Amino acid sequence: MLEYQNLFTRVQVRHAPDPGLPVRMGLTGARYGKGFFLSLAGRIGDAQVGPIYLGWAGILSLITGFIAFEIIGLNMWASVDWDPVQFIRMLPWLALEPPSPAYGLSLPPLNEGGWYLMAGFFLTVSILLWWVRTYLRARALGMGTHLPWAFASAIFLYLSFFFQPLLVGSWSEMVPFGIFPHLDWTSAFSIRYGNLYYNPFHALSIVFLYGSAVLFAMHGATILAVARMGGEREIEQITDRGTAAERSMLFWRWTMGFNATMESIHRWAWWFAVLTTFTGGIGILLTGTVVDNWYLWGQKHGLVASYPAQNTLTPEQQELLRGRYQGSTPDSFPSYLAPTAAAAPIMDSMMTDSAAVDSTAVDSTAVDSTAAAASTATDSTTSTPGMTP
Amino acid sequence: MATLSFERKYRVRGGTLIGGDLFDFWFGPFYVGFFGVTTIIFSVLGTALLVWGAAMGPTWNLWQISIAPPDLSYGLKFAPLAEGGLWQLVTICAIGAFLSWALRQAEISRKLGMGMHIPWAYGAAVLAYVTLVVFRPMLLGAWGHGFPYGIFSHLDWVSNVGYQYLHFHYNPAHMIAITFFFTNCLALAMHGSLILSVTNPKKGEPVKTSEHENVFFRDLVGYSIGAIGIHRLGLFLAMSASIWSAICIIISGPFWTKGWPEWWSWWLNLPIWPGV
Repeated sequence: MLEYQNLFTRVQVRHAPDPGLPVRMGLTGARYGKGFFLSLAGRIGDAQVGPIYLGWAGILSLITGFIAFEIIGLNMWASVDWDPVQFIRMLPWLALEPPSPAYGLSLPPLNEGGWYLMAGFFLTVSILLWWVRTYLRARALGMGTHLPWAFASAIFLYLSFFFQPLLVGSWSEMVPFGIFPHLDWTSAFSIRYGNLYYNPFHALSIVFLYGSAVLFAMHGATILAVARMGGEREIEQITDRGTAAERSMLFWRWTMGFNATMESIHRWAWWFAVLTTFTGGIGILLTGTVVDNWYLWGQKHGLVASYPAQNTLTPEQQELLRGRYQGSTPDSFPSYLAPTAAAAPIMDSMMTDSAAVDSTAVDSTAVDSTAAAASTATDSTTSTPGMTP
Repeated sequence: MATLSFERKYRVRGGTLIGGDLFDFWFGPFYVGFFGVTTIIFSVLGTALLVWGAAMGPTWNLWQISIAPPDLSYGLKFAPLAEGGLWQLVTICAIGAFLSWALRQAEISRKLGMGMHIPWAYGAAVLAYVTLVVFRPMLLGAWGHGFPYGIFSHLDWVSNVGYQYLHFHYNPAHMIAITFFFTNCLALAMHGSLILSVTNPKKGEPVKTSEHENVFFRDLVGYSIGAIGIHRLGLFLAMSASIWSAICIIISGPFWTKGWPEWWSWWLNLPIWPGV
């Protein structure tokens, strides 16, 4: 059964590249290039590439972004003694790590987190300048500013990875730059705060992330399915409803009893995407500040079943499950913080029980440092950093 | 009543895959059709079984209700109802309802003269579900490898299965799936924003054109994929996210049993590195 499905463009029209609508070019900005065609891009979408606008915000954003990229890359390269082969070989594992917990919120020397803070600064400036660019471009064309504000929601999530460490008082909480290292951070952060799956805002963020996939599958498929009626001309369908819009609305009405309109489906899309990062940012900001163990929080509020009877913990033992701030060294997944001297006896009784079956305790350095710190710890504050020697 | 102003002229007979005219009618805003009937049967039965399972369980707390699959010792056999048999029946009902729903979408697409993109896109999500509760448990030899039906209990399952492979983020297919999910979210935000910003321009300005759409993104990043292209891209990203999710879980267990971080040692041990 062969049907018209409109998945690829079979015939491409060639003409002079579209130079773009005239806009008021500022003193610092202009369109560059005349544009050219890529027939491979034309199979799926528009074949024309360029021209591109460059103004002060964009150029400064590219420069600061490049500086951040260089700081990260050169630090990674330095970490393998400037060996180009090892740089390529180890690249997925290499990292530019944040300062250790010992520095709190103070400024560390360059090679102990100073470079990290600098890279983070330039990357943040770069992202904020790119936001300015999206705003200025939208306004220059007389369009609404929906895209800059959606982008702002993503920036909010990015910045909450800066504000959360600020709130708990340690740069060491921040996300390392690196491919595998940032994944290690994700898991370590989750475990440290009692499993982020019990964080309701994490759950909401995932709901909106999956919901975004559902919405784009529904919307993309619907528009393609009515493309032979001109469904992809959405502005025309919004301002003067045609049969493509009518059929796509009726499809969902008949399927699930409810439908969006050609315009409102884009509001659904905008809100789902925006709320993905917005709820995610709230989840991060609450972690370690308002709630320090999401599992215990979930128990307290009736979200999760209690521990099985044989694993019942005393309140003192539960206290030990609270999240604590610790440095993340590249091999520290999922490392464990040294208990304080006062808590050591209870901790021992917990460890003897679980050590026999605990298959995740493979990180011998973390175990060593735990023992070493436990024997030397003298103060009773819970913020004693468990640093690997 | 429940019809839109333009709806009447679209309510015509035909397009059914099975049953001819028998179920070719509407109920309120819903189209019925043969597969509407099977959807109702499967979903009502499945939901009732879930409620029955909750009634037999220890709690009515919505967050904590959980219908668990059978113990691993049952292998691929049927289990007694109270010991996972309910989960098996619910799974059958769910698959029946999902497939009915997809075929219902196909019938409605035919009736409206539309392409088959929607049922295929939905099929990608069904594939991910069936992979989780049928294909992978079958490859591993026990229904007990399916995930429990409960709001927080299924999160526990995700967490526990993830840590069985030490660190699931190192699963390369999981990486690809997440990349597709994030990119999909980004593209959706960009597309939704663009359409809203040209149809809701600055106060006092007329509605903008598709030329504005293209020029905005060409000015911003040097390329605009265009009106038809963004919907192809969106459909591709969303379906890929689902399909790669299915791949990332089907390879965990049946094809790779160690920690996922270890998988990457092939890269470190490539013969191209001098001195390795």
